[in-house]
Amino acid sequence: MDIHEYQAKEVLSNFGVAVPSGALAYSPEQAAYRARELGGDRWIVKAQVHAGGRGKAGGVKLCNTENEIHEACDEMFGRRLVTHQTGPEGKGIYRVYVESAVPIDREIYLGFVLDRSSQRVMIVASSEGGMEIEDISAERPDSIVRSIVEPAVGLQEFQAREIAFQLGFEAKLVQQMVRTLQGCYAAFSNLDATMVEINPLVITGDDRVLALDAKMSFDDNALFRHPQISELRDKSQEDPRESRAADRGLSYVGLDGNIGCIVNGAGLAMATMDTIKLAGGEPANFLDIGGGASPERVAKAFRLVLSDKNVQAVLVNIFAGINRCDWVAEGVVQALRELELEIPVIVRLAGTNVAEGQKILAKSGLPIIRATTLMEAAERAVGAWQNDLTQNTKMRAV
Amino acid sequence: MSILLDRESRVIVQGITGRMARFHTKDMLDYGTNVVGGVVPGKGGETVEGVPVFDTVKQAVEATGADASLVFVPPPFAADSIMEAADAGIRYCVCITDGIPAQDMIRVKRYMYRYPKDKRMVLTGPNCAGTISPGKALLGIMPGHIYLPGNVGIIGRSGTLGYEAAAQLKEHGIGVSTSVGIGGDPINGSSFRDILERFEQDKDTEVIAMIGEIGGPQEAEAAEYIRDNITKPVVAYVAGLTAPKGRTMGHAGAIISAFGESASEKVEILSAAGVTVAENPAVIGETIARVMGKAA
Repeated sequence: MDIHEYQAKEVLSNFGVAVPSGALAYSPEQAAYRARELGGDRWIVKAQVHAGGRGKAGGVKLCNTENEIHEACDEMFGRRLVTHQTGPEGKGIYRVYVESAVPIDREIYLGFVLDRSSQRVMIVASSEGGMEIEDISAERPDSIVRSIVEPAVGLQEFQAREIAFQLGFEAKLVQQMVRTLQGCYAAFSNLDATMVEINPLVITGDDRVLALDAKMSFDDNALFRHPQISELRDKSQEDPRESRAADRGLSYVGLDGNIGCIVNGAGLAMATMDTIKLAGGEPANFLDIGGGASPERVAKAFRLVLSDKNVQAVLVNIFAGINRCDWVAEGVVQALRELELEIPVIVRLAGTNVAEGQKILAKSGLPIIRATTLMEAAERAVGAWQNDLTQNTKMRAV
Repeated sequence: MSILLDRESRVIVQGITGRMARFHTKDMLDYGTNVVGGVVPGKGGETVEGVPVFDTVKQAVEATGADASLVFVPPPFAADSIMEAADAGIRYCVCITDGIPAQDMIRVKRYMYRYPKDKRMVLTGPNCAGTISPGKALLGIMPGHIYLPGNVGIIGRSGTLGYEAAAQLKEHGIGVSTSVGIGGDPINGSSFRDILERFEQDKDTEVIAMIGEIGGPQEAEAAEYIRDNITKPVVAYVAGLTAPKGRTMGHAGAIISAFGESASEKVEILSAAGVTVAENPAVIGETIARVMGKAA
């Protein structure tokens, strides 16, 4: 789960990480009011969306007057911000964060990630702050400093000092950097984060080390023990279909194609998408309904897949291990009776009780296209979709 | 022979009184697995499917001589159960549980280093379908009937895609020495590399099949290990050619977040290491059959 910048800053500051003073606003008027409250004569107005690359996309504005704050907000509120991380549909701006501008001497990149090679938490830092980490790795790999945290004892002071000196911190600022690193690590490990990124971390003209931006992601599997983090979830930043799926315990990712997929198991779901592509089609989604695949889950899955208006055929691929094919077949039949579909449905069942499952599908009297192998299923799905398309075009032509 | 699990393995099921655990305990017994006990704190003295239940893993090991364990415990408590097994002297543990917090798994892995290598428990999973040595024993939730006994060693991150591969092999009349699910989580007990090492040493395994997917460095690390250390033919398939970058595809670990983590990059890295790559999931069985034909 991702959270907003202002939320991440609040979380991190509770762990001793210094951040500029700022306040949240839900309207241009409120933003101007917040700026007055903060005082000073230069403010940054930042669109709160779950994506990086906001600056280049016009989501971060430096303002010198209240009027400029109003103008910046008018351009942001209600708009969808499209950055290189959001996809073409962008993310809606419903909140802005107003922050006092600070004089910047140096910008540092600082990230904490779960490193899958060492299977530990890794700190990644670079003297080239402000750039994306991908670009730093490509253009200035020599500037990157890495350190792996021993989970039994946590981040040690010497490690934090090493990082600070490697980044070229002046001796008088090292202790502030140590506090920042230890605060980030404590937040990461105490709250089950999967990522903390501060880009940039700045050294100000008056010798302060401040997190100018902050991003945090949390382990969905650990949210049960962090109710205060779960509350920070902002559904306006999620794909509505994906959040609906997640609420129903299904794992869904929307894509651009026309062939909807309902599959049990994540690996098999990806393999099914790959086979559709190979057969000349494009998958409309990734959907893993879990190992169980009960009739209720199959019905829910159909509703979810069909909520994507681009879907012109549905391929169901279930390999019954824990469950049985006859049970899955009943679910498919039940769902199709309820939903009265007008698009082709292709069903491939394999595993336990496959013959009984096929019999149930055949006896149902529903126009289900059956397949025995994965390739056959994909080819029939693509074929049926193309056929359907040609027929519809013909009808329109008449 | 087989790896990790055979007829002699004495198995306990942690969390045996749960609905799913009961179901699969029966299934494993029916398959011929030597299930000798179960563990649920506070339910010691009960029996499930004729098998005695103990309060702690230590008690179960003392009473039954168990050396393998299947963890069926809910996510918040699963890490604790794995560590309990490691401490009680279990040699091989499979954790089925999906949804264990990543940092719990980091702690589990760190904890297991308390034990010297020759006393350290082997863990596969979590978030996997388990391990089967066909015709001998089943430690997991897979349908036993889709596996023929034979000479292909399978290592896979995904459960049902592993079934798909086994079923395709069966179509070709090809059997499996052992099939090991390493699971779909970002932090897991054993990697491809760990299991490859075991299959290389197993005299009944002639060909090794690796079923990978997008996300993480383990396929690339395996490729390097295969190039330098594996003499047996390796066939691989990597799922997720159509998966977009930066999105989690079901498995917590199936996310492309760095270079070398996409399916096409992994295919390239594996091919360069001399691995025969099945172009698509429908020809996994066929590709293995072809390689075995050549090997014969």
